[in-house]
Amino acid sequence: MIGGLFIYNHKGEVLISRVYRDDIGRNAVDAFRVNVIHARQQVRSPVTNIARTSFFHIKRSNIWLACVTKQNVNAGLVFEFLNKMVEVMQSYFGKISEDNIKNNFVLIYELLDEILDFGYPQNADTSILKTFITQTGIKAQVTKEEQSQITSQVTGQISWRREGIKYRRNELFLDVLENVNLLMSPQGQVLSAHVAGRIVMKSYLSGMPECKFGINDKLVLDKSGRSDDPSKVSATGKSSIAIDDCTFHQCVRLSKFETEHSISFIPPDGEYELMRYRTTKDISLPFRVIPLVREVGRTKMEVKVVIKSNFKPSLLAQKIEVRIPTPLNTSGVQVICMKGKAKYKASENAIVWKLKRMGGMKESQISAEIELLPSDKKKWSRPPISMNFEVPFAPSGLKVRYLKVFEPKLNYSDHDVIKWVRYIGRSGLYETR
Amino acid sequence: MTDSKYFTTTKKGEIFELKGELNSDKKEKKKEAVKKVIASMTVGKDVSALFPDVVNCMQTDNLELKKLVYLYLMNYAKSQPDMAIMAVNTFVKDCEDTNPLIRALAVRTMGCIRVDKITEYLCEPLRKCLKDEDPYVRKTAAVCVAKLHDINAQLVEDQGFLDQLRELLSDSNPMVVANAVAALSEISDTSPSPAAQMEMNQQTINKLLAALNECTEWGQIFILDALSNYVPKDDREAQSICERVTPRLAHSNAGVVLSAVKVLMKGMEYVGMETEFVTTLQKKLAPPLVTLLSSEPEVQYVALRNINLIVQKRPDILKHEMKVFFVKYNDPIYVKLENWTSYPSATQENIAQVLAELKEYATEVDVDFVRKSVRAIGRCAIKVEQAAERCVSTLLDLIQTKVNYVVQEAIVVIKDIFRKYPNKYESIISTLCENLESLDEPDARASMIWIVGEYAERIDNADELLESFLEGFHDESTQVQLQLLTAIVKLFLKKPTETQELVQQVLSLATQDSDNPDLRDRGYIYWRLLSTDPAAAKEVVLAEKPLISSETDRLEPTLLDELICYIASLASVYHKPPSAFVEGQALVVRRTQLPVRSASGEPGATGATESPVPQQAQPVQQQQSVIPSHDTAMGDLLGDLLSMDLNPQPQQQMSMTPAPQQDMGGMDLLGGGLDSLLGGPSPVAGMPASQASMGGGLGDILGLGISSTTYVPPKQVWLPAPKAKGLEVSGTFSIRQNVRYMDLTLKNNAMAPMGDFAIQFNKNSFGLSPASALQVPSPLSPGQTADVTLPLGTNGPVQKMDPLMNLQVAMKNNIDVFYFSCLIPIHLLFTEDGQMGSASDRKVFLATWKDIPDSNEVQKEIANPNQLDPKGISDKLQQSFIFTIAQRNVDGRDMLYQSLKLTNGIWVLAELKIQPRSPTMTLSLKTRALDVIPQVQQAYELIIANM
Repeated sequence: MIGGLFIYNHKGEVLISRVYRDDIGRNAVDAFRVNVIHARQQVRSPVTNIARTSFFHIKRSNIWLACVTKQNVNAGLVFEFLNKMVEVMQSYFGKISEDNIKNNFVLIYELLDEILDFGYPQNADTSILKTFITQTGIKAQVTKEEQSQITSQVTGQISWRREGIKYRRNELFLDVLENVNLLMSPQGQVLSAHVAGRIVMKSYLSGMPECKFGINDKLVLDKSGRSDDPSKVSATGKSSIAIDDCTFHQCVRLSKFETEHSISFIPPDGEYELMRYRTTKDISLPFRVIPLVREVGRTKMEVKVVIKSNFKPSLLAQKIEVRIPTPLNTSGVQVICMKGKAKYKASENAIVWKLKRMGGMKESQISAEIELLPSDKKKWSRPPISMNFEVPFAPSGLKVRYLKVFEPKLNYSDHDVIKWVRYIGRSGLYETR
Repeated sequence: MTDSKYFTTTKKGEIFELKGELNSDKKEKKKEAVKKVIASMTVGKDVSALFPDVVNCMQTDNLELKKLVYLYLMNYAKSQPDMAIMAVNTFVKDCEDTNPLIRALAVRTMGCIRVDKITEYLCEPLRKCLKDEDPYVRKTAAVCVAKLHDINAQLVEDQGFLDQLRELLSDSNPMVVANAVAALSEISDTSPSPAAQMEMNQQTINKLLAALNECTEWGQIFILDALSNYVPKDDREAQSICERVTPRLAHSNAGVVLSAVKVLMKGMEYVGMETEFVTTLQKKLAPPLVTLLSSEPEVQYVALRNINLIVQKRPDILKHEMKVFFVKYNDPIYVKLENWTSYPSATQENIAQVLAELKEYATEVDVDFVRKSVRAIGRCAIKVEQAAERCVSTLLDLIQTKVNYVVQEAIVVIKDIFRKYPNKYESIISTLCENLESLDEPDARASMIWIVGEYAERIDNADELLESFLEGFHDESTQVQLQLLTAIVKLFLKKPTETQELVQQVLSLATQDSDNPDLRDRGYIYWRLLSTDPAAAKEVVLAEKPLISSETDRLEPTLLDELICYIASLASVYHKPPSAFVEGQALVVRRTQLPVRSASGEPGATGATESPVPQQAQPVQQQQSVIPSHDTAMGDLLGDLLSMDLNPQPQQQMSMTPAPQQDMGGMDLLGGGLDSLLGGPSPVAGMPASQASMGGGLGDILGLGISSTTYVPPKQVWLPAPKAKGLEVSGTFSIRQNVRYMDLTLKNNAMAPMGDFAIQFNKNSFGLSPASALQVPSPLSPGQTADVTLPLGTNGPVQKMDPLMNLQVAMKNNIDVFYFSCLIPIHLLFTEDGQMGSASDRKVFLATWKDIPDSNEVQKEIANPNQLDPKGISDKLQQSFIFTIAQRNVDGRDMLYQSLKLTNGIWVLAELKIQPRSPTMTLSLKTRALDVIPQVQQAYELIIANM
């Protein structure tokens, strides 16, 4: 298993070093610094083997986190753990930065002691950890009951929720957040398109509520024979969608999903990500980008880009930004656009065109003249034109059908819970070559 | 005031100051001081001098302070073992604390203090904690057993902790179960003792599967990893495990998903044949694998490395998911490079899309990435014939870009395309020649030279081109020099009149002015060839070359199978077995095996790659054995030749780079060139003559008074001298008086005497093992040859090899240990009791024949070169323990019914149809173990054709 964990600043100075196994010596710390951090090349792999010792690293802002081992460990586990470690630290003290880590080094050691025992990751759920490890030191007086409650939660079957939570108002917020990714050829052929969606919940519910969640997944609907229900037609005009694959928060009973295709769970308290999914079929692409590039001689280029919105006219897209890369030898740019603002940013080698909002089924265009310095360098490989936006619907066509809450022990019913649902579609990598 | 101040370096005398603060009465000041100590420790300063002072702070109610002191203890206890004992009392006391958090903390920390003396004190508290009422303490104690085992394995076994740990597998708390599994797995991985092995039966498996649904994500990984080592009893059990693991594929933790994939990939092997179950399971595997590619880049990388393995093993899984491997502009470079894994699965249908994508990549910035893209285009061309033309035109486009490294890579690739599709795309040669100047990498230069030499007759100025290379001959790398030599000889043979000068020039450069033995020897051979018999030279140098195949970038099947067992682990990231990077891992081999597959249901990759290997290898080995081994001068030459031709060692032929073509040319050269070198008046007569003398030699070797009854194949060189520091081993197998022997000839080609010979076999399909020690007259002085016979037993450890008859041998002498492998002729394993029933009682045979399903019958035409009659055949076969049970005559054809038995109890039944006066006959074999059939067929042919 994991033999040790080190945290470095950008200079390669050690901020945290915890060694779990004898086979990892102090020189391992230096080996990583010299061979990876100071190597100054592009990192060719997140796994490095130096003198029969393997280093796994991730980098967050300018902090390096590295796990060391001499054994044949589960690599998936190690990286998942490192990411989890980052998540835990963030929830304790916010941004991962050198200062924050130095300020909280005692806390970090304490956390490491708890969540990584002899290199084996243990329960690392922040809501539980926070019940007995706090930034202000250990809670001084803990009653005996509280103690056993803590231990049963850490090891318990429902390790993500503590008992005895109470709210005056039982409320639920449900966000369907989708990133739509597109790679389109200049001729308008879709090379690849997929939606990576997340369902993020904020739950403020008392007791140990049992939840059941339903979406317009084709598989489920076909099973219950309701796929033709006309009232369920979504913004994109589809009644049900085909989900390629989905993953769930650990609270969801996976075996139940496998057999009955029902999503049932006892939710953690507060905010968490219930589900991730991916679809590739019948995605309604909110925007179409049509580029026209013409080279006029060796020192001039003309670029015209048209964007077309492709959704219901009653909806509004926001925060639209189109980024048009320009050659490295650009000397000057003249931009003309009817709507929004466009600027040439020399430092980023791109024309950035921003539109605050845009309705559905509209069209807008920008044209630019780019002056080039004569250069004899090899042909410029034009990066794709990328786009950012936010739309108030789910491009995959996903709809929440229901979210039922049952709490058998307390006296509130499904009707008493206030539920909020919101759909946000954002651009992921939305590129046109 | 923040804690970061502790990291600032203070002036001299710091330690002394800290000492004072640690002993202060004020609690706050004490805590501050300890924090400072820990901060210094983190930065790497040595604060061990403060040991007694810090330990004094241990007795405190403040849990935070306590934890800090423990942290210090864990770090420095090893350097101050005696002082560490001072802390023991506190630990023991804490283990009795009412607060379970403190009890657990004490046990956890104690395990981390790696001092031998402390372990004695640890046993009692640990025993109690393993039975603690609180699950939190139990789960901590479970891990502590693994820690203790790491310090003192014997103690853990003696104290019965292993049993206690096994009991925890049925604990009511899932996290305790998970930690116990993790601890047991680690112990059984590192411990050689059988008592420490983790036995898993159906019952434990069920418990684990139950806990799987309930424990934390990490626990699920521990359990899945343990499950993957379990060997199910039958396919029903394998199927049910797979069914219960499948839901894990929807977990959000990539580690859980990958470990589940591992269990399923192994499970599918056990379920066996391509059943519907396997097909559906394969379908279910695809989406989660694709989903992994949208996680963090590091996880993506691990996933991609694993997908590479999975796709090689089961290409069907992702064949529809091509697009997800298209590289995104912003991906980190390692993810981009890894996306290459998918390209071997290019097919005719998706090739257009793939090519367009590859061409796009080839214009990227990163040099490595671009090179790989170009290489991939070439691979597509070789793999998908229909697309070759488009690939070639794409490559030409790329060459037009004149980007140096793109051009070079493209030329290397085009050379391979020429090899694959000869006489098809030569029209582009002129374009290639234009770029001659810009090539500066050996690979590219060698490739270009090869192209010029190979197609010299179509290039008008080939001589000028080659001559231009000749100027800086000595500055070139060996690869280019060799290639240039061959190319010029080719050119000479094609256009002898105008290039005589050139060829003389290169030959003298290679033979007189070069220090490189490879180059010199090749030069001499060409020289002599050309001077003695130009016609033969033509045949040798311009011989037809074997086509190259597209599978060169695949992992070796055995390695692949091993790596499949390590999905998700580091081994799968490195694509190396754990023994290659983990110390002390060699002990544990047992868990790396995939189950033995029945050949019928395996049309896939292994079957395909298996067969060409022995076929290819055989002719070469035969040629080697033709050489009379007592001619010393000849032997030396042979040694050098071998070092040249076998330069890419057999294992490497499987590896990523396609073997450079000149080696193939070299093979031809070896075969043909020898004839003329032997100097006999008629080169054709050389071969049989030497074979005859060889036979005679064999007779002498075997001349121990017993004439061998079974067919003995001629000796083959198993271990050429250059690979074994001068030791040459050749050998064969034989049966004499019911004892199996390995007959070896050891030859010392080195300058110093050799001694201390010993031999050992790896596990093999039929459990062959040496029955006695190797008796070699010692010392074996330089130039001396020794014939040795080694009696063999068949009760050694068994492991299915690939190819089936492969035997890996390690031979040791006073110099080093050498490894080689050879093929066991299957008739060596026929037993003398292979007569099923008896001649008079044919019922047994008939019943067995009917009992074996028809699907297990394989028919083949085999040669009967001497047109022997049934009686002759039957007698001949009987000498090799193939027994005739019955004989009858149908429509003028004789039918022989025969049986044989292998040492491991496998029966093979045969029906032999003999047409009088026909050079072939029909052999039908029926057996339950289909794997042996090709070998038995071969054995029939050999036995009938020989003697």
